[in-house]
Amino acid sequence: MSQENRSLPIHPGGESPKYWRSLEELAGTPEFERFLRGESSEEILAEATGLDRRDLFKFLGVSFALAGLTACTRQPAEKIVPYVRQPEEVIPGGKPLFFATSMTLSGRATGLLIESHTGRPTKAEGNPLHPASLGASDFFAQASLYGLYDPDRSQTLTYLDEIRPWPAFLGAMRLALEAERPSRGAGLRFLTETVCSPTLVAQMEDIAREFPAAKWISWEPVNRDAAFAGARSFFGVDADVLPRVDRAEVILSLGADFLACGPGHLKHARDFAARRRELAAGGPGVRLYVVESSASVTGANADHRRPTRASEMDAFVNALAGALGGSGVAGGGSAFANDPFVTALVRDLSAHRGKSLVLAGETESPAAHALAHAMNAALNNWGETIFAIDPIEVKPGSQLTDLSQLVKDMNAGRVSTLVMLGGNPVYNAPADLNFAAALEKVKLRVHQSLYQDETSVACHWHVPAAHYLESWSDARAFDGTASIVQPLIAPLYDGKSAHEVLAAFSPSPERSGYELVRATWQKQMKGDFESSWRKALHDGVIGGTAFAPRAAKPAIAKANPAEITSEPLEEPPSRERPAPSAPSSSLEIVFRLDPKIYDGRFANNGWLQELPHPITKLTWDNAALVSLATAERLGLRKEDLVDLTYRGASVRAPVWIEPGLPDNSVTVYLGYGRTRAGHFGNGSGFDAYRIRPSTTPWWGSGVELAKTGERRELACTQLHQNMEGRELVRAATVEEFRRNPKFVYEHEKPLAPEMTLYPHYPSDTYAWGMAIDLNSCIGCNACVVACQAENNIPIVGKDQVHRGREMQWLRIDHYYGGDPANPQHFYQPIPCMHCEKAPCEQVCPVAATVHSAEGLNDMVYNRCVGTKYCSNNCPYKVRHFNFYHYSTQFRAPSMKMLANPDVTVRWRGVMEKCTYCVQRITSAKIDADIGNRRVRDGEITPACAQACPAQAIVFGDLADGESRVSKLRRDPRNYPLLEELGTRPRTTYLGALRNPNPALKVAVSTEFPSTELDRETGQK
Amino acid sequence: MTERRTGTRPSILKPGHTFASVTDKISSIVLTKKTPAFWWIGFFVSFLFWMLFLGAVCYLFARGVGIWGINVPVAWGFDIINFVWWIGIGHAGTLISAILLLLHQQWRTSINRFAEAMTLFAVAQAGMFPILHLGRPWLAYYLIPYPNTMALWPQWRSPLIWDVFAVSTYATVSLLFWYVGLIPDMATLRDRAKRKGFQILYGMIALGWRGSAMHWHRYETAYLLLAGLATPLVISVHTVVSFDFAVGIIPGWHATIFPPYFVAGAIYAGFAMVLLLAIPLRKAYGLQDFITSRHLQNMAKIMLATGLIVGYGYVIEAFMGWYSADKYEQYAIWNRMTGPYKHYYWSLILCNILSPQLLWFEKVRRSPLALWLLALVVSIGMWLERFVIIVTSLHRDFLPSSWGMYSGTIWDWSLFLGTIGFFLALVFLFIRFLPMISIFEMRSLVPEAEVAGEPAASRVVPETPS
Repeated sequence: MSQENRSLPIHPGGESPKYWRSLEELAGTPEFERFLRGESSEEILAEATGLDRRDLFKFLGVSFALAGLTACTRQPAEKIVPYVRQPEEVIPGGKPLFFATSMTLSGRATGLLIESHTGRPTKAEGNPLHPASLGASDFFAQASLYGLYDPDRSQTLTYLDEIRPWPAFLGAMRLALEAERPSRGAGLRFLTETVCSPTLVAQMEDIAREFPAAKWISWEPVNRDAAFAGARSFFGVDADVLPRVDRAEVILSLGADFLACGPGHLKHARDFAARRRELAAGGPGVRLYVVESSASVTGANADHRRPTRASEMDAFVNALAGALGGSGVAGGGSAFANDPFVTALVRDLSAHRGKSLVLAGETESPAAHALAHAMNAALNNWGETIFAIDPIEVKPGSQLTDLSQLVKDMNAGRVSTLVMLGGNPVYNAPADLNFAAALEKVKLRVHQSLYQDETSVACHWHVPAAHYLESWSDARAFDGTASIVQPLIAPLYDGKSAHEVLAAFSPSPERSGYELVRATWQKQMKGDFESSWRKALHDGVIGGTAFAPRAAKPAIAKANPAEITSEPLEEPPSRERPAPSAPSSSLEIVFRLDPKIYDGRFANNGWLQELPHPITKLTWDNAALVSLATAERLGLRKEDLVDLTYRGASVRAPVWIEPGLPDNSVTVYLGYGRTRAGHFGNGSGFDAYRIRPSTTPWWGSGVELAKTGERRELACTQLHQNMEGRELVRAATVEEFRRNPKFVYEHEKPLAPEMTLYPHYPSDTYAWGMAIDLNSCIGCNACVVACQAENNIPIVGKDQVHRGREMQWLRIDHYYGGDPANPQHFYQPIPCMHCEKAPCEQVCPVAATVHSAEGLNDMVYNRCVGTKYCSNNCPYKVRHFNFYHYSTQFRAPSMKMLANPDVTVRWRGVMEKCTYCVQRITSAKIDADIGNRRVRDGEITPACAQACPAQAIVFGDLADGESRVSKLRRDPRNYPLLEELGTRPRTTYLGALRNPNPALKVAVSTEFPSTELDRETGQK
Repeated sequence: MTERRTGTRPSILKPGHTFASVTDKISSIVLTKKTPAFWWIGFFVSFLFWMLFLGAVCYLFARGVGIWGINVPVAWGFDIINFVWWIGIGHAGTLISAILLLLHQQWRTSINRFAEAMTLFAVAQAGMFPILHLGRPWLAYYLIPYPNTMALWPQWRSPLIWDVFAVSTYATVSLLFWYVGLIPDMATLRDRAKRKGFQILYGMIALGWRGSAMHWHRYETAYLLLAGLATPLVISVHTVVSFDFAVGIIPGWHATIFPPYFVAGAIYAGFAMVLLLAIPLRKAYGLQDFITSRHLQNMAKIMLATGLIVGYGYVIEAFMGWYSADKYEQYAIWNRMTGPYKHYYWSLILCNILSPQLLWFEKVRRSPLALWLLALVVSIGMWLERFVIIVTSLHRDFLPSSWGMYSGTIWDWSLFLGTIGFFLALVFLFIRFLPMISIFEMRSLVPEAEVAGEPAASRVVPETPS
């Protein structure tokens, strides 16, 4: 419309109309003038829209017709139930709340912060204030949420399989107690797992006052019997030891998996990783020697790993102690005396007096523990890198002795009432004790547990246990620090905590767990109890409760360690005495705790069952692990079924080859082959407890292995653990690094920024990126489960894993290098690389995977039609496809409560992958927007980085040159994976450093020869 | 023309035929009351497999693509193998019809009709796989650019979108070409049909064809135009299909030779399928007069030529793998030859390179049985080729940690065999209800159609009798 028209008023004379019909007329707009002149509305429309009437109707018609097509999308039905009354502090659909609590495993607590969405606990994070967590968490803690909602949990109190009310149980217990009263409880026994809860101990003490003849026995298949016996023989009194990995420059682990398992492993892993990072910074760093008879995560991280047959471990420790002590008493006749490894090790340890650390694992003999203590003494480590404290456990005796005595008592009819709080002794007691048969002779058997398991069915009363997230309790960390276990949710079923069950045997049986725990601490907390209590709940730790290190160095420390070995032990636990070294060709069996499902208690936890084993990458099964040479000698292939016979008992196990095991040794993991674990646990794997005798709980000589000719398929997530000469994990020794700080580019050249055909998109906002320090990563798997929990990643089951369809967004690749007889291990966590020039984005036909302005490679689930082209074209294969409707396949209704409401639950036929936890990024950006500022460095932590005990994963803004991730990017060790493809990944890696002893002349090698390992197992 | 010069080759039409005998012979197959027993048996067996196809598709839609053997890393399996295989087979018809028409190869006349039909049916099989292979097939329309309130369009850089257009265009043009070519024969059948229903049916399809000079003129123009339009499509479809792989980053896929190599492979597979069908059909219906040994030999020669191009492709692929000095490419080729799928690779070499060398011998080319068996071998070989390209490239790419294995499940096989059944059922319906050889074009080969000084059928259209 031209200016000219505007100046042409409709009323001659230029005055505005006196009367007007509309504001347009008054204003004299050109449109109105044209309207008055009778120009058709069609023309006006055409001018306004650029369409004529016919075109407009065509478009409308087509749009309507096509709009109908969208009805073809199936939308999941959703029910919305509003709050009737708004709970305090809860904003529906808003921010989650976090509550501090603690999870115990084998008695030791790890402090956690539990994320709660509108009353539903959904995710566990580490509690930075708790000494055993320091903000990190392990996969047991992460997966415990899955355990909470497990639909297979026991839901009702039963007496002989019939449902009974709680008062009926209390009444029955009252009757039983009255029957015991005349004998002062002589027939009363309590069997618990390892317990360090002050409240429970106090309750037991109360019961003991009333029934002095009653006995309390603790039993767990993994216990610290040997450690306590060793400490007793060394110190003369019971003690726990507190290693300070952060102060040690040379660490020798004698079968101690201190990085991944056992008391304080999260703290040890953090300290160890920090010392490894020190290597890159020019500090002294750390050198780790591991001598072990199986394969562990700690061994995989060693600078020098020495596979040693279990039967020779004691001889090795003797030789070492003798050499360190200098007198050579024990070393005289040993085959290890002139071993170059021992010589170098001794020299290295001796050169680091006060800065070295010798640790013995729970699976080693008491003598080995005592000698480890003595070696620390000879090296002046006590008070420097290792401290003795009072034992955390109240009963630091031998659990096995106590259990054997209990079985004897039961068989002799001396036990009339047996109350079992947790535990599953029918399943996991040593086979030769025949616990189940003895149990039959007890008149009244009570079992409280989370599942109606093998032991429950052998009992009269079964009390469903409350999960730790449903109950009040208290616990101690590895250093004695106490914390309160507070519930996040009311018991989902009729669960009762151990405290509440024990209360049934006290004069006030109806007391709640809350009252009992408060009562304990009311006595101990000083000052205003309410404020101390609130602070303890808020912080998740009770300040000042850590056990003080024993001030004096052990008196015996000055003695010659060789004398200790020559002295007979105070209580020689003969069963632990190594058999005279068996001929090396005879096969020995090594029992180990499963690094995923522990002693079997997590057998029904889908997340843990599907978690790849940290070294073999097996899921859903255990296997009989043998070394390459042994497999060759016995003619075994992967997945061959063999019969393992040991002392008359036999199990049928599939074989898996694990290079780096000592030859002629079979490692089996405990915890599988459950019969009453639940839907997932039943029938997965074989039950190694059936051949585990009480005399030698951790190893035995003379196992017979017979091939059956059958095979059992195993679901492995990484069939190929050989880098094939590709520069994937880049590693060097410290010397090589000092010589050439850019060793990661020794063979490859960095890709110049201009080496691309694609335009560079400038970003004026955030540029998210991640750096993963392979030098820090210990491969512990915590990040994998943390990611699964945060992002609602479904499990798919053994069959689907076997078909190569596992869904974990973050995987940890594991590679071997060097000598197949004793390989070096390399870990590499693989999340989505968020490539700047992403191959996946280019090939998606429907733009379902697109790049955000901040550099995220976003998946638009709604848009995904499932061509799978993106996965094919992803060089890192980080994309995972919902081949079936996995999100509902294994999801009982109770499991729906587990889902993180901030993350979409994916449908069948949709591709998914790591998002850098985009929900956390968005949440932090909203907070920043409200504060009218940029997101600060460290404000966003993806789930993997948050769980990581080694702090190997750093996430942040690359646009901010001062962010931690930007600094790591400038590190000389920084390199992108498959850089030569030009994908420009936002996730980069920092090369690993190893610190081998120059005297041993071991080079870091990622080359690995082609072996039997590479044989394709029949993945469907 | 050539046969007249040399005088030694067998003719493309047995001597002795007249306009009437040609028309009688071909139209009687359709219009005869008695349907032969072998037709019933053949159709029944095909129909059973067709139903297997429907069952497999129903189960697929109910459960999801998890019923197949695909996984990560091998996220494409039988679905895309079959897609490429069928698309390849669907190349011969249009090639014969369009390119040979433009090149004045009269011998195409007796085989073009059913080769085109076969093309259509093969493309129909192929066209289903892009939808079936989706995780959420009910959203397949997302691949079509349609106006929507979210202003979302397909992602044009994806070769899968190019596929959508390439395949749908090819299918449309092939259908039109086939249909236009059918019109005069439909009029013949309409006129010769005895039963009312057929008269009406063929009448409708004939679109009022009366054979006037104007009709013939327009027909000829339209047919030539369509031939011109279809010719680049023959080349483009498989070129675009090969982009699905060539554009990818995966070693073993990322190769510039793919377009010509795929096109040659497609023609190779297409001619193999034409032979596979033509040899039994000419025997069963006694059409040796029309589909003569000359035809079979010519097709055999094309197979030999394209087979050699394909062989060259394999050699260059292997050479480039080595010459690239790229460790991933080198490994991909080495893994094909020596890895867990080496049997597939060497079977493929045997089927596609070695056995077709027999076609150098005239004796083999003259033996219908030998040709049929060779065509079968080549068809299997071409399927193996797609298996090798797709599976062996994907199963071991960059990171050894993600390497895996692949094999088809019973549902993969059901779907594959089901599409073969579907295809054959369509072929059986075609030969029963439509003239499988172009009647009017055959008539142009009859000596009577010859105009002085010109051999018969140098023109497409015979003179209208005045």
